[in-house]
Amino acid sequence: MTVTPLGIPRRMLEFTLDGEEARVPEGSTILDACRAAGKDIPTLCEGDTLRPKNACRVCVVEVEGARTLVPACSRKAEPGMEVRTDTERARHSRKVVLELLASSVDLSTTPKVAGWLKEYEAKPDRFGPDAARLNEEPRVDNDLYVRDYDKCILCYKCVDACGDQWQNSFAISVAGRGFDARIAVEHDAPLTDSACVYCGNCIEVCPTGALSFKSEFDMRAAGTWDEARQTETTTVCAYCGVGCNLTLHVQDNEIVKVTSPHDNPVTHGNLCIKGRFGYQHVQNRD
Amino acid sequence: MDLHFGDSKPTDEERAAVDALLGPPESSWEGAARDEMRAADLRWARGGREARDRRDLLLPGLHAVNDRIGWISEGALDYLCRRLTVPPAEAYGVATFYAMFSVKPRPATVLHVCTDLACAAAGAPQLCAGIEARLGPGSGVSVERSPCLGLCERAPAALAVRAGDPVRTAVSAPATVEAAVLAASSPGSAPEEPPAALAVPQAGQDGLTLLHRVGVVDPSSLDDYRAHGGYTALRRAFELGPAGVIREVTDSGLVGRGGAAFPTGRKWQATASQPDRPHYLVCNADESEPGTFKDRVLMEGDPYALVEAMTIAGYATGAHKGYLYLRGEYPRALRLLEHAITQARARGLLGDDVLGQGYAFDIEIRRGAGAYICGEETALFNSIEGYRGEPRSKPPFPVEKGLFGKPTVENNVETLVNVLPVLTMGAPAYAAIGTGRSTGPKLFCVSGSVERPGVYEVPFGATLGEVLTLAGVREGLRAVLLGGAAGGFVRADELDVPLTFEGTREAGTTLGSGVVMAFDDSVPLPRLLLRIAEFFRDESCGQCVPCRVGTVRQEEALHRIVERTGADAAGDIALLREVGRAMRDASICGLGQTAWNAVESAIDRLGAYE
Repeated sequence: MTVTPLGIPRRMLEFTLDGEEARVPEGSTILDACRAAGKDIPTLCEGDTLRPKNACRVCVVEVEGARTLVPACSRKAEPGMEVRTDTERARHSRKVVLELLASSVDLSTTPKVAGWLKEYEAKPDRFGPDAARLNEEPRVDNDLYVRDYDKCILCYKCVDACGDQWQNSFAISVAGRGFDARIAVEHDAPLTDSACVYCGNCIEVCPTGALSFKSEFDMRAAGTWDEARQTETTTVCAYCGVGCNLTLHVQDNEIVKVTSPHDNPVTHGNLCIKGRFGYQHVQNRD
Repeated sequence: MDLHFGDSKPTDEERAAVDALLGPPESSWEGAARDEMRAADLRWARGGREARDRRDLLLPGLHAVNDRIGWISEGALDYLCRRLTVPPAEAYGVATFYAMFSVKPRPATVLHVCTDLACAAAGAPQLCAGIEARLGPGSGVSVERSPCLGLCERAPAALAVRAGDPVRTAVSAPATVEAAVLAASSPGSAPEEPPAALAVPQAGQDGLTLLHRVGVVDPSSLDDYRAHGGYTALRRAFELGPAGVIREVTDSGLVGRGGAAFPTGRKWQATASQPDRPHYLVCNADESEPGTFKDRVLMEGDPYALVEAMTIAGYATGAHKGYLYLRGEYPRALRLLEHAITQARARGLLGDDVLGQGYAFDIEIRRGAGAYICGEETALFNSIEGYRGEPRSKPPFPVEKGLFGKPTVENNVETLVNVLPVLTMGAPAYAAIGTGRSTGPKLFCVSGSVERPGVYEVPFGATLGEVLTLAGVREGLRAVLLGGAAGGFVRADELDVPLTFEGTREAGTTLGSGVVMAFDDSVPLPRLLLRIAEFFRDESCGQCVPCRVGTVRQEEALHRIVERTGADAAGDIALLREVGRAMRDASICGLGQTAWNAVESAIDRLGAYE
């Protein structure tokens, strides 16, 4: 069981959500309110441990009086606001945004997106066979993790996790601009020549599988990756005394990757290189 | 943070370029040689927060290297990062964001040839081909196709930049192959540009309010400026006090001239009343809208007016520091404004005690480096702060959290210059100009198929036809692009539309930044629309999906139908409408929201592709 610390008491505010009264604590986003009300708003770039970046624009909703749609993940609920989440206008934008994304990058390893494409009747193929795609080869330049930018939706979560929001390594940034913008380390060098400390916290937050464990990448390539056969066990890291929680993903009695629970009040899903990648000794059976 | 700097070292020249901006390094922690034991090297708390607080010098630092060498090497970038305690990955992200910088080796001379709307109509493609034929790979000149250089009244235009100490620039407009090649091969001896007044066909005429000094005063002489009424508005501002100035500006009905038409007085009041300090003033001189050049002409023809207007705006809103964010493609405006600011400072019109009134105010110029998006106010803040010029999501609004997270008022050049007549003639007299809801004089940048292209000043309410008549519209007018690439087309039979905010809104179009670009029958409309789409694809920052991918899909669809009409184009037009609607609704900022406007208006009003 994890303990969630209680914050200071917050005032409640009232606004209208799809015609119904909603009461949420001050500071809540529209997305928080939607989730509390049991509404499922699709979102890709929103991360539970990071400040919302609202770059993907899949979670847009209609707010009475606003000229444009607003991102539910970052717009704070305000008293008296009238929010509608499922209008034709909002659904249209979500559909087109999903089509734009799916036509430009590979979303095959993005959880939930197949369902959304179906729900919103998105047809990414209608931009034609010549529609520009990223079409980049995966970058395998170290033994720990792989960067496959063909799957990258530029959600900025890895940048934020590597930068001032968690790791403070600042090894990753966005380079270039427009459609040519890419996640890159300094001088677009191999990871081994960069400031990367291999904490893997960027993999932890990546929503599409553009960043993945080398083990997962290799097993997917070999066709042996099977999440249905995996078990997850949360334990405590034994490397030092901080007490970070590790979730061991085990398939066929082998650890295949290590994640960390985001609701852990100490680490919020972050680990260091040892906790995240240093598990081979466990399965060294010689 | 524990920053990692690679092994690459700067060359002596790169180091000198950075040190000329930042001063020599004080310890080996920030890149000094370790040849002797320095006291500073033994301290622990050097650098750190103090150095990180200079992050906003990153863009000037990149300029320093690019100006001296012509491109930014790994060693130079790492050294700059060391000096400013900026992570190299972030600095790399910033350096690759701007079109005028290169992180790959290139020749010291770059010739930017404008291929945007007015220049394209005036033969830019042939010009480019001719220049490239003359300046082959071995010529030591890199020829780059450029978005609008803001020289539309003298189209086609080219700007040569030769790196060195000092950097040299030369403008060739209207450019011929010979003139452009000469500018690139010897920028120091290229013929001087014609004075800014030549861009103002009305120069010297009676009845001008905003342009009355352009062509009349010497733009480099403070005395001449004062002899022509300069600094009377500032004196009046000190008589009125900050609240009084805001009252006058509010009563005048002045609204922002950058395109959004927000009431200036309300913006100033909102900033002035913020308890958080300090307050900042930002002048948006990043005029990059294709077809717009009025701010350049104002700055080149009457630079002290902008310095005075910024001082008044700072005084009214409680700011002691004003940033003038000037687009990187305006070298002459940069020289004149630097000179004007230095002179004003020397004469006590800027500095610790402006006019002996106990008010401290100074202006710092920041150069952009080729990014249309930095005209968006929050992207501009990021750019000044040394981050990628990506827009921030609003709220919070700049009046609350703007530059460096502090209350900030941002106005464009034309808006600020309007404050001078507001104060000298008084709010009621100013408000009497124009119409009820659009008060004052307005500048229009007229270009394209007219006899006398240039900046025209008319009171709000003049019709589009009247402005075109002033400029001498040529036979065979087919369409007018109103408001720039983010604006919309109107037909040749709609010239009676009144040029006011409400009048253009009723007519289903926009005044935008004051662009009036005339196109005659000879201009192939689908090519023009394709150029607009290319522009937005190139200039999208890439932060949000609707704009990053939507602008690409828009351009692809327009490519497919460039030679097609009717039923053959219908499917792609339907697709364009769907994507355009999502871009307008779901993009973070105005760039994505308006990227479909001009194309949509061409389809709906001009019947393009029918």
